[in-house]
Amino acid sequence: MTLAAVATAAHATTTTAAGTHGFLSPTGVEIAFLLVGLVTLGAAVITVTTRQLVHAALWLVVALGGLAVEYLLLTAEFIAWVQVLIYVGSVVVLLLFGLMLTRAPIGRSPDADSGNRWVALAVSVAAAAALVWVVVDAFRTTWIDLDGAPAGSTEVTGASLFQHWVLPFEALSVLLLAALVGAIVLSRKAKADAAATPTTGTRRDTEGAR
Amino acid sequence: MNDALDVALRLLVVFVVFLTFPLIVGQTEHKVMAHMQGRLGPMYAGGFHGWAQLIADGVKFAQKEDVVPAGADRRIFQLAPAVALLPYLLVLLAIPIGPGEGAVGQVLDAGVFFVLAVMGVGVLGSLMAGWASANKFSLLGGLRTAAQLLAYELPMLLTAASVAMAAGTVSLVGILDAFEWWWLPWQITGALVFFVAGLAELQRPPFDMPVADSEIIFGAYTEYTGLRFALFLLAEYAGIVVLCGLTTVLFLGGWHGPWGADGLGWVWTLLKTAVLAFVVIWLRVTYPRLREDQLQKLSWTLLVPLSLAQIALTGIVKVVIR
Repeated sequence: MTLAAVATAAHATTTTAAGTHGFLSPTGVEIAFLLVGLVTLGAAVITVTTRQLVHAALWLVVALGGLAVEYLLLTAEFIAWVQVLIYVGSVVVLLLFGLMLTRAPIGRSPDADSGNRWVALAVSVAAAAALVWVVVDAFRTTWIDLDGAPAGSTEVTGASLFQHWVLPFEALSVLLLAALVGAIVLSRKAKADAAATPTTGTRRDTEGAR
Repeated sequence: MNDALDVALRLLVVFVVFLTFPLIVGQTEHKVMAHMQGRLGPMYAGGFHGWAQLIADGVKFAQKEDVVPAGADRRIFQLAPAVALLPYLLVLLAIPIGPGEGAVGQVLDAGVFFVLAVMGVGVLGSLMAGWASANKFSLLGGLRTAAQLLAYELPMLLTAASVAMAAGTVSLVGILDAFEWWWLPWQITGALVFFVAGLAELQRPPFDMPVADSEIIFGAYTEYTGLRFALFLLAEYAGIVVLCGLTTVLFLGGWHGPWGADGLGWVWTLLKTAVLAFVVIWLRVTYPRLREDQLQKLSWTLLVPLSLAQIALTGIVKVVIR
């Protein structure tokens, strides 16, 4: 989603003004972009390192909100608000709901640690390196003209999404639909199992799963 | 210089509206509820029909001790009221009150998405409060809040999308510019669904399961005292103002009216918002609280299908009249 958004925004502008821009005289927007990016990165690192489960979810709000501000700075207003709506408004609320329903102690959770931490670190560093490499390589000479017409306005985003990217868009819709149907099937099956063998353990399991 | 002054003036106006309108709604609730129940309501504070009752309440709240429970997560407990209240201030910035670009705090390209996104963030405040209080009742309240938001966010979004489809824009100002009177019957299902879902998102009766006093004391706000508690109450009433304003703008034509659209558009907006706020109070007095399962059922089996049907209807009409 995020990569596609960046690609959309960049593709829509197709500015070829590279060459007139340098890295040594940053504009105010570029400085703000960098600072917000640092805050977002910091919040993301705290999210995965903190020992307090609910704090991790709340730091995730900061990280996702920072990402929305980055979109705003790139004039992609629509993407920014959708980011807040979907991720902060729904995904994090769902996360908190799940945490509160299962376990959300106040203070540290010593068992909230994984023996896979080094593997996880390696995978995430590799993924980040690959993403940074690909994005930098793809958009090295592309600059978004922030002063002209907004490159990420709803109209531009919509047009580019439903003209250039309509096939991936539809494919993603089908994927989401499949996931939705799958979730319904799984939950119905669990309920049928619980009805067949009405032991207390099973029932508690299904209620937790729901 | 002139631009800066203009921006400052707009922010000031929005801030004043944010501070006064919720209080007016609150005072109206006191009086309307009282008269509907054969009482007089507040009569002493301020002299004339108790007009200063909420100011007196505010002074009382400010004098109370600010208690943080010993087992609570201090920082999140203290941060929660701000997270609950500030989003509504931001939403007010984007609601156009009259025609033209002069009558809105800030013209936003994707206004509909902005208001819905930011209103959803406000619920995080209740969740934080419910968790950080270290109280079973608070945690249950937080859980119910989250479940309710997840259920009612969807119909709200779908019906708002229906209006955006009808207008061909997601800008609140643009929607009002495109408004025609016959949108009213066309979008009436969407309007009802939006309003009901909005009530549920604000946790107003009959959807006040998360603060059900007979079951879980006061839900997520049980442990709050003094000014922080007052901030939560203020957030609820600011939410009423925002919801009624949004319903007015999206479905009732905002500043459009039978006459006087040029100079008096803002009067129409305020009038419609006030009538809707009265309906919110009326519903509180009239209906008993829904049970949690009834709440979920209402959303998933009635509001979501209705809003999907509204979107289908909008699409069909849109294609036919083209």
